[in-house]
This record gives sequence, structure tokens and C-alpha cells, in this order.
Amino acid sequence: MAERWINAGLLAGLGLVALWAWAAGAPFTVTLATKVAILALAAAGLNLALGIGGLVSLGHAVFFGIGGYAMGVLASHAQAYDPIFTRPFVFEGTKSMPFIWLAAIAVGALAAWVIGRISLRTSGVYFIMITLAFGQMFYYLAISWPAYGGEDGLSIYVRNGFPGLDTLDPIQFFGICFAILLIVLWCMARIAASPFGLALNAARQAPTRVMASGIDPDRLRLWAFVVSGAVTGLAGALYADLNRFVSPTMFSWQVSGELIVLIILGGVGRLCGPVAGAALFVVLEQWLGGLSEYWQVFLGLLLLAVVLAGRGGIVGLLARVPSRG
Amino acid sequence: MRRTTLIAMGAIVALAGTAGAQDDADALKVGMITTLSGGGAGLGQDTRDGFMLAVEQADRDDLEIVIEDDQRKPDVAVQISDRMIQQEEVDILTGIVWSNLAMAVVPGALARDKFYLSTNAAPAQLAGRGCDPNYFSVSYQNDNLHEAAGAYASQEGYENTFIMAPNYPAGQDSLTGFKRLYEGDLAGEVFTQLGQTDYAAEIAQIRASDADSVFFFLPGGMGISFLKQYADSGLDLPVVGPAFSFDQGILQAVGAAALGVRNTSQWSKDIDNQANRDFVESFEAEYGRLPSLYAAQGFDTANLLISAMDAASIDDPDAFREALRAADFDSVRGDFSFASNQHPIQDIYVREVIEEDGVFTNKIVATALEDHANAYVDECEM
Amino acid sequence: MALLIEQVLNGVQSGVMLFLMAAGLTLIFGVMGLINLAHGSLYMVGAFAAAAVASATGSFLLALVAALAAAAAAGALVEVLVIRRLYARDHLDQVLATFALILIFSEGVRWIFGSFPLFLDIPAALSGPVMLGPITYSKYRLALIGIGLVVALGLFWLTQRTRIGVQIRAGEADREMIAALGVDIGRLYTFVFALGAALAGLAGALVGAIQSVQVGMGEPVLILAFVVIVIGGIGSIKGALVGALLVGLTDTLGGVALPAALSLVMDLSAAQATGAALAQVGIYVLMAAILFWRPRGLYGHG
Repeated sequence: MAERWINAGLLAGLGLVALWAWAAGAPFTVTLATKVAILALAAAGLNLALGIGGLVSLGHAVFFGIGGYAMGVLASHAQAYDPIFTRPFVFEGTKSMPFIWLAAIAVGALAAWVIGRISLRTSGVYFIMITLAFGQMFYYLAISWPAYGGEDGLSIYVRNGFPGLDTLDPIQFFGICFAILLIVLWCMARIAASPFGLALNAARQAPTRVMASGIDPDRLRLWAFVVSGAVTGLAGALYADLNRFVSPTMFSWQVSGELIVLIILGGVGRLCGPVAGAALFVVLEQWLGGLSEYWQVFLGLLLLAVVLAGRGGIVGLLARVPSRG
Repeated sequence: MRRTTLIAMGAIVALAGTAGAQDDADALKVGMITTLSGGGAGLGQDTRDGFMLAVEQADRDDLEIVIEDDQRKPDVAVQISDRMIQQEEVDILTGIVWSNLAMAVVPGALARDKFYLSTNAAPAQLAGRGCDPNYFSVSYQNDNLHEAAGAYASQEGYENTFIMAPNYPAGQDSLTGFKRLYEGDLAGEVFTQLGQTDYAAEIAQIRASDADSVFFFLPGGMGISFLKQYADSGLDLPVVGPAFSFDQGILQAVGAAALGVRNTSQWSKDIDNQANRDFVESFEAEYGRLPSLYAAQGFDTANLLISAMDAASIDDPDAFREALRAADFDSVRGDFSFASNQHPIQDIYVREVIEEDGVFTNKIVATALEDHANAYVDECEM
Repeated sequence: MALLIEQVLNGVQSGVMLFLMAAGLTLIFGVMGLINLAHGSLYMVGAFAAAAVASATGSFLLALVAALAAAAAAGALVEVLVIRRLYARDHLDQVLATFALILIFSEGVRWIFGSFPLFLDIPAALSGPVMLGPITYSKYRLALIGIGLVVALGLFWLTQRTRIGVQIRAGEADREMIAALGVDIGRLYTFVFALGAALAGLAGALVGAIQSVQVGMGEPVLILAFVVIVIGGIGSIKGALVGALLVGLTDTLGGVALPAALSLVMDLSAAQATGAALAQVGIYVLMAAILFWRPRGLYGHG
């Protein structure tokens, strides 16, 4: 089966499940579909760095969390009618989604730039460990810093608004998240096919050859990391809006691990791998969680089987072509 | 933030009004969200077992309980509460152990006109200006046990206490709570790291200070680590803390290092009343272990709920709320009533850790506070 | 002054325990090129085995033996069943597979032992304090420092002076070479993995006696151990020792010094809260600074 048809089928399937659930009066299933879309978005961000760039980041929860806090900080100030700062100019909070998304993208990109500048001085296993350590650093800071709730997190009582839509309606909020996912996936496809994407891919497979052609692979990787952080940050803001709540657990290293799990389940470097992975993960969480208190044992066994037996994840399995050369 | 809570909540109620769910009239449905896997699962299991013991003893066919595991993750807890409210149409939510999870779930549940009965977590945000007619804490207000420890330290004549807690909101509230009723001076005030396992540095600071006593709030494994290391350090200053580090489930892991330590609790298995004796006996018979504070709180919560069901129908929320407020049930704590912000008025005891038939447990040695409510009653406009 | 010496001892003690964890990780990476997230689970296995045996027999020594044996056995088993298939894979697969192992170990141990922490106490002979000149210090913690240093010496001896050490070092340098020399690589790898696991299990049991033996106890230590080997340089035992001591000292002294310094400029409670928050990120700042200066760590090569 051609991968583009699988992708179309996956995305259409996600949209149809949500619509069906909405029509059938199962709003929680719509919420789950929304969660799939948001997690897929976060993983799509990571997929650029990890799948194409070969940067195994075990600290992407930083961007997810920072996007969440961008939403939490802006909305909590707006909800309290309390400006974030007044000097040198008055900076008010906001409850408008488009502004919050811009902020989340900006802080996600900024954090990725800073962390990338330090982490990309290293590679391979050092990179994995350093990104993990940065994740822990943000996690502990978020817990112990007294402003913005510490471990309690921040509750936002009403979901933020989007002009012309009722975001509290599960299906409309799903629509927003799904649309963003489609746009981002389209951008990702364009990036992968662009000279930048091709050079990034080449930098993963044959860095010396890329260097020989006069391109600095570290610059490529840094840009990939920044875009990746921005997308995951945007997903974090949406996830916070889904729950109307942010907390330091968004920064935890388990979240970073789960994002990698999503990508591998779906298929590394595949455009819609994150969508397939997120869908499977959410279904497993719901289904296994209902079977046993110790469901994570079974999740672990399943993951092991996926790694040991199948390369290419679900999308690869469906396409029956090797995922990378 | 608290200032606008009510306004904001009003807004959601208005927005959500169109989506109001219709309940099945026959059975009252309770959604229990608690921690059953991962770290801290023991506390959730005790809450569930205590609650379900009361439900089984009542043996009613008009009461249905749905139990879900929150994995101690706030986002998971929020999603479960969404499902319980949107899809399973529960009338009442309960069971959350941790304050940060409660703060994630409770405001949203209340905004959708559900009742929430707290079996444990009772953060200040929900006791003062953020109090709500549909929110009842059956356990305590979070500050209570710390306040009692402060009061007890003063009663014992401690004048220079060294106090410490982890650096997170509950830890900061704990030290504030202790200082509220403590009259002496502080030999030191230290915030440790959340999840810290080594307290050598803090113990050295205690040794170097001229403290005459130590107060600490270190829930879970942190308290185990501290007590073992403190006992090994050779320091013999008296130690006071809230019950969390001395609860039945955890005490066996501390062992002899906890012997003699005084801790404050609103419940103990040796409170002398019929309801408590029956509870301890039936819990042991059912589950083969001694009940913990969390089990007692779960048990009381279920009995409060059942008492309200006897007096009113959930279909008449105002009447049901009044029935809850009356607190007309036999609490294992003895006298129990609600303050105007719907948190308990109750005695808080001082317990000492003892060894009894080879098992470490607690014995009441004093009463720290009698008929104690909480510091937020006046802030709550209800 | 006495307080400062005591805090330095505390830093050294937590450093040498970190070293036991980090040494195994760094060996496994150096020889097999494998990143093992499940190393913290082996630490937990050691602590649980020790607690179970100590409560059954009452002997701390037997408990330590059990911890070593259980962790080594678990390590060898995992190596043969899972890890062996990952050497040829990229780091991504290794991360995912060992992440899966964490889930299996953590929830599996909870399945067997229940959700409440277990009891493990300091042996009577080592309990209580001892006077070292002007300072009172825990005998057990002194013993931990001693054990850690002995293990460090043992590891140096093993890698520098023995036949197996030659093979290990050869394996780090050139894998095909030692295969050509007729060394059974499979056996060597299983041995190295089991050795690393045993060190982690030993650390878990030793530390478990003064901490809480509970599910999930390994992961915070694992992350610290990562910081240690990143600072020290992956594959270097000497780097692991230096890195562990640096991290232990920074963590301990930062937690005391920062709040004290801040209390000069703000009130006590606020200084404590802010200082504790900053101290928590101290080791990561240290790591970032060292990496900025030496991207391959203090003793890393290549």
C-alpha cells in the first residue's frame, strides 16, 4: 500500500471517529480523539528532530511543558485581570487561543534554541542524556518555583476562546486541534521535501558528505531542533487547553519517553507515524488500563515486542517497505 | 486568582448550561478517581478499600460506584473526570488523594454542578474564597494536622523548633500551618527538595542549631528516609510531624526508627467508640491488614454519603446538600460536624508510635486541638 | 567549620554511591555502546532483594549478597533475553526497549511486593554515630564511603590489571579485534552487563538501608548517574568517580549554601524557598557549563 493512502486513511479515520462519537452522543470519545490529535502534533514536532534529523531527544517534555505554561501563565493573568508585568510597558494576559499559540510557539522555539545550542555541541548518547537532564531541570524548577502554582499547577476555569467558535464544545475543540494537526503535517511534508529537509536527512546519514558540500550540519540540526521545539510547544498549549490545567508533570521525563514511544509505535520518520502511534497509545491506555492495575507491565512487553520484532512501526507494517535505507 | 474564581465559575455554568446531562433517576452514581498504580498507589488502595467496605456494609442497590486509576497524573485525572461526567453521568465525584490532582479536577467538576466529597486532599484554595456549596471535605483541611503539631509543640513547652518541609505548595502550606499556632521561636526553617532521599545535610544543620525539637512534613518515602537517617544520627531531640509519615501502611518500612515519635492525626485506630471498633475489626477481617488513616477517611466519606441518601434524593440537589451538611452519620472519629465552609470540625489527637505484637502502630497520648475547624472559615462566603 | 566538614563528608558519601551506579552505566556504554535506561530498575531490584532477605534472615550481610546476586541475575537475564538484540541497533531502539524494561520492572516489582515501601535497616554494628575529632558522624555513612572507595579501587584493578580488563578495554577500542583474538564476545558482554547490574544492586541495597525501599526509587538516581557520566566522560571509570564526587558535593553544598547566601538579602522563608529551587538545578548548570567547555566530558575521548 502506498504511504500517502495510508496517511489519508489514518487522518480521515481520526476525523470520522470523532464525528461518529459526537453524533452518537459519546463526548468522551471526542475528547480522546482530541488527545490523539494533540499527542500526534507533539510527536510530529519530535519526529522532525528525531526521525529526519536523527536527534534522539529525551527531553522534548521541556517544550511540551513550556507551551502548556505559556497558556497557563497568559490565561491565569487574564482570568485574574492582573497584567504579567507593567514595566517598561503593560503586558496583559490573554484568553485568546491564537495569541496563546503564538506565545507557545515563540517560547518553545526559544527554549529549543538555548537547549539546542548547548546540547548540539555533543551527539549520540551524550545528546540523549543531556536533553534528559535539561528536562529534569525544568521539571524541578516548575515544582519548586513558588509563582504559578508549583506542583499544584494552574487551573484555568474556562477553556480559552477562538473567534467564532465555542471551544467548550468537545467537537469544535477537536476541530481546532485537528485542523492544526493537518496544517502542521502539511508543513512537515513540505519541510521534508525542501532542500533544508533533504540536507537534514543527508546530515543524519552521511554528515561528512554534507560538510563537504559546504553546509554546516550543526546549523541544520539546530534549526530542526528549534522548529521541532516550537511545534511541540504549540501541542503543549493545546494539551493544557484540553485539560484546562497545566502542571509540572508535563515536564516529567516519562512524557519525553512517551513521545518517543508514540513515534516508534507509529514509524520513525514517517509523516503520519505520530498519528498512528498516538492513536494506538491512547487506545492501549484505555483498554489495558481497564483490564489490570498492572497494565504498564503489558504495555512494556508490547513495546519490547515492537522494538525487537518490527521496525517501521504501524505505518511501516502497513506499507511493508523498510522505513529507512 | 481566587478573587475571580466564582465569577469565572459562573461563566462556565452559563456556557455549559445547554449541555446539562440528564441522570438516571434510579441509582446514585459515584465516580471514584484515585491512585491505584505507580507511586503512592497504596494510599489510593486504602481509600478505595475503606470506601467500598462501607458501601458493602450498607448493601444498597440504589448506589453504584465507578472506580478509575489516575496514576497520580493530573492530566489523567482530568480526563477521567471528563469521562465520568460527560459519558457515565456520575452524580458525585470522590477519592482523589493528592492536592495537585484535586486542584486539577475539582473546580471543573463543581462548575458542572457535580458534588465532590474529598476523602483526603483539601487545599486552602477550596476552603477560603474558592469554597463551593457542592464541595465537602470529609478528611480535614490541609493545614489542620500541621496546626495541631504547632499547638502541641507549644503545649509541650518547646521554644526553639527546627521546621522543615519539601519545597512545593503543600510543603509551604505545612510550615505556614505549623507557625499559625506555634508560639515559640524557630531554630531553623528549611525547604528540602521534593522527592529528596538524603537528609544528611539537613540533619547536620539541625545538629549545628540549638533547636530543642524538630517538626517535619515529608510525605511518603521522604519521611521514611528522614526518620531512618535521623535515628542513625544519634540526635535525640523530640520529633513532631503530621500523621502522613506514620500511617499504618508506611510505618512498617520505617521500623524502630519511628518509635516514640509524636504525630498528629484526626483518626487513630484506638479512638474509643463503637463505630471505630467495628470499622477496625471489619477492615482487618475483610482485607487482612490494619486500616490506615486513608482507609478511615474513605470509610467515613462513604458513610456520610449513605446517610445523605437516607435523608434526601440526589435529584433534589438542595435537599441532598442539606443532608450532607447535617453529617448525620457515625463517624469513626466520634464527634464530627461541618464548619460553614464544609470542612470538618473535629478533635485532632497526638499519637505516639509504639510496637504492639511485633507490628508498629500508633497510640493516642494527648489531644492537640478540640473541636477544631480551620483558618479559612471567615474567607468563605457561603 | 565542623558543619562544613560534615557537609563535605555528606557530599562525598552521596558521591560514592552515585559512583556505583554510574560505573556500571559507563562500563556498559563503553564496552557495548548501549544506553541503558533500565539501570535504575536494577538498583531497585537490589534494594528489594536485600529488604526481602533481611526480613527473612535478619542478616544484613546475607541481604547484601542477595542484592548482588539478584541484580546480577536480573541483569544477565535481561542481557540474554533483550539487550543482546540491541547492540547492533541505534540508540533510539535502545532507549525505547530499556524504557519498556523500566515499565515492566517497576510494575512487576509492585505486583510482587505490593505498593507500600519495604523495611531495610542499618546493621546493628554500624548504627549510631561516631566521633571524628570535633564532629559527630554516622558510622554507616562512613562505611558507605569506605565501601564505595574499595569498589572503585577494585574496578580500577579489574580494568587495568586483569585479563578480563584487557578484554574490556580492547572491546571499547575495537570490537572486531577481540573477536579475532578468540574472545567469546557474547560471554564478555553478559559478564560486563551483569557486573554493572550487580554494582547498581549493591548501591540500591546499601542506600536502601537509610532510605525508603520503594518502587520508582531507581529513576531519580539513574538521571543523576547520567549527569555524572556526561560530566565525567562516557566510558571512563575515572571520569565517573570524579563526576560522581562533583555532583554529590554540588548537590549537598548547594542545598545548604544557596539558601544561606540568599537569606542575607531576603527574609528567611523566601530565601529558603528560592534557594532550594536554585539548588535543585545546580547540578544541571554544572553539567551545562562543563559541556560547554568540554563537549565530551572531563575524561571523555574521541
